Amino acid sequence: MTPTTRTRWAILGLTGPAYLWLAGTIFLPLTAMLVLSFLDKSPLVPQPASFTLANYQAYFSKSFYWPLTRWSIELGLWVTLFCFLIGYPAAFALAKRVKGRWREAIFLLIVLPFWSNALVRVFSWTMVLRSNGIVDVAVQSVFPGAPTIDLLFSYPAVIIGLVHSYLPYMILTCYIALQAIDDSLIEAGRSLGANRFTTFYRVILPLSLPGIVSGAALIFVPVIGSFMEPRILGGTKGATLGMNIEEQFTVTANWPLGAALSFILLAIVLVIFGILYPVLRRQGGGA
Amino acid sequence: MSEVAVIGAVKRYGQVVALGGVDLTFADGEFFGLLGPSGSGKTTLLRAIAGFIDMDAGEIRVDGTDIARIPVHKRNIGMVFQNYALFPHLSVAENIAFGLDVRNVPKGEIRARVGESLDLVRLSGLEGRRPRQLSGGQQQRVALARALVTRPQVLLLDEPLSALDKHLRQEMQVELRRIQRQIGITTIFVTHDQEEALTLSDRVAIFNQGRVVQAGAPREVYERPVNRFAAGFLGEANFLQGKVVEVAGAAARVELASGGQILVPATGLSVGAPVLVALRPEKISIDPAPADAAVAPNRILGKVSAAIFSGSSLTYRVAAGDQTVIVFEQNKSRAPLAEGSAVVLDWPVADNVVVAP
Repeated sequence: MTPTTRTRWAILGLTGPAYLWLAGTIFLPLTAMLVLSFLDKSPLVPQPASFTLANYQAYFSKSFYWPLTRWSIELGLWVTLFCFLIGYPAAFALAKRVKGRWREAIFLLIVLPFWSNALVRVFSWTMVLRSNGIVDVAVQSVFPGAPTIDLLFSYPAVIIGLVHSYLPYMILTCYIALQAIDDSLIEAGRSLGANRFTTFYRVILPLSLPGIVSGAALIFVPVIGSFMEPRILGGTKGATLGMNIEEQFTVTANWPLGAALSFILLAIVLVIFGILYPVLRRQGGGA
Repeated sequence: MSEVAVIGAVKRYGQVVALGGVDLTFADGEFFGLLGPSGSGKTTLLRAIAGFIDMDAGEIRVDGTDIARIPVHKRNIGMVFQNYALFPHLSVAENIAFGLDVRNVPKGEIRARVGESLDLVRLSGLEGRRPRQLSGGQQQRVALARALVTRPQVLLLDEPLSALDKHLRQEMQVELRRIQRQIGITTIFVTHDQEEALTLSDRVAIFNQGRVVQAGAPREVYERPVNRFAAGFLGEANFLQGKVVEVAGAAARVELASGGQILVPATGLSVGAPVLVALRPEKISIDPAPADAAVAPNRILGKVSAAIFSGSSLTYRVAAGDQTVIVFEQNKSRAPLAEGSAVVLDWPVADNVVVAP
């Protein structure tokens, strides 16, 4: 065998299992769902199904889907924004200020919530946010006679719960990006006459943008499809498209409609990223 | 341009003294090399002048004004970093323009001055490149242009050439010197490469343990080291230990611990005083010992214990009593002396430099 054919076989042998795995776990189910979304009956029903576009038409013809979609997108934006506002400074402090064992300890605290069950985490928020809950009692004890604070089943509750769940992604991706910025670049900025703010804005921020973008993508995509947190913390308020999709599968057993809505959601995500991609690529191109 | 004076600079990190009271004056337009082993305080001093380190005590005066409490960005300095620290997300032109941009210099003037700077470092035509598309030498030039374009009062260089290979380093030394001469900026640079320091500097300072051991013109520091550390750090030196046995006029006769006698300049010496003499290996002439060789002052008999050939020169290690004397010889027409052969070493009295231990 010549070296090139050998290399080719080696590449195939090494990457093959990964591609097979991806094909099996992503491509096949997605294809199945795509086919399902064009059927007029759920596969659970014994009668034979035929192909139709009705499930997609339903989204555009029924007026209540649009508010659900808009709230899902808004929720994605709010959660991503708050994750950035809280996570970026935390990542900055970790990467540039905290050293040694303290850093490890803080990292552990950040990752710790991941070790508990997501459902348990969300339910524990209900105890914090409800009236006569932990926040309410704490405020009442400091300011007796203050109005009762009941955040449960509200938009803020959903946002708080989701920010808590997804914050570590933003911290970790930003930390990696900030960590890679050589301190001498910051010093160079300062030596050239830029104050701390200008150095941050002109040097640190653009160089850490790839971290912010990947963190935002990791958060935005699952959040706009989320259904568990909005259901438990938002109740009847703040229904999302994700909740509706889940109901199609688990409550009304209308799988084809659920599949069609899933693909519409996927399309929305792709369109948003398609619009943002050129902007982000230009901004983060240097890093 | 500007005169920089460091007065009583002190910096401690816990128990470690990084700067133990340094006084140095850098004359206007001077190219000044800070030299010393790692941890000797040379980089700390440079970073204190730049403003990255707050000193515990002392002043840094630029043209008489103390800038020790002024933040980095308000000091008018140019700095070239060891790894160049070019902004990877900006083009060559944007990198150079950075300092002007943050000072709100008008766009037209920025373009003109960036152009001038690129001419100065001979990089015209590469404005649009990203730093990672440049060679090490080119990156070095961009870093220099970026540091100079703001017309700083003082240029600080932190081991600027250490990342380059030998050939490029020599080329950049010439360039650095040309550019520095052309604009006449007071330049302070840190290096651990003694040859580089001697080649480039108008004056050098040798640091050890947070203090300046000796400062002066390269030739003066090399030829007249004040102590054992200075002599040993800058170039090679043989150290001969002995006692003064006679002072006669301008010369003192010293009985060496390892046997033999040498004559040294008598300044400040009295009979019975212990002395340490530094002797540069290239000052000694080495010849095959004739059969009737006699010992005389500044004339030692020995045996070649090692002869190392390195192209243009030879290094001999000569055993003379308990003392090993290192001798450098130019590679002239004579065949190298064989190991084990008897040799006679002699050198002028003036080359015996009495140094502090």
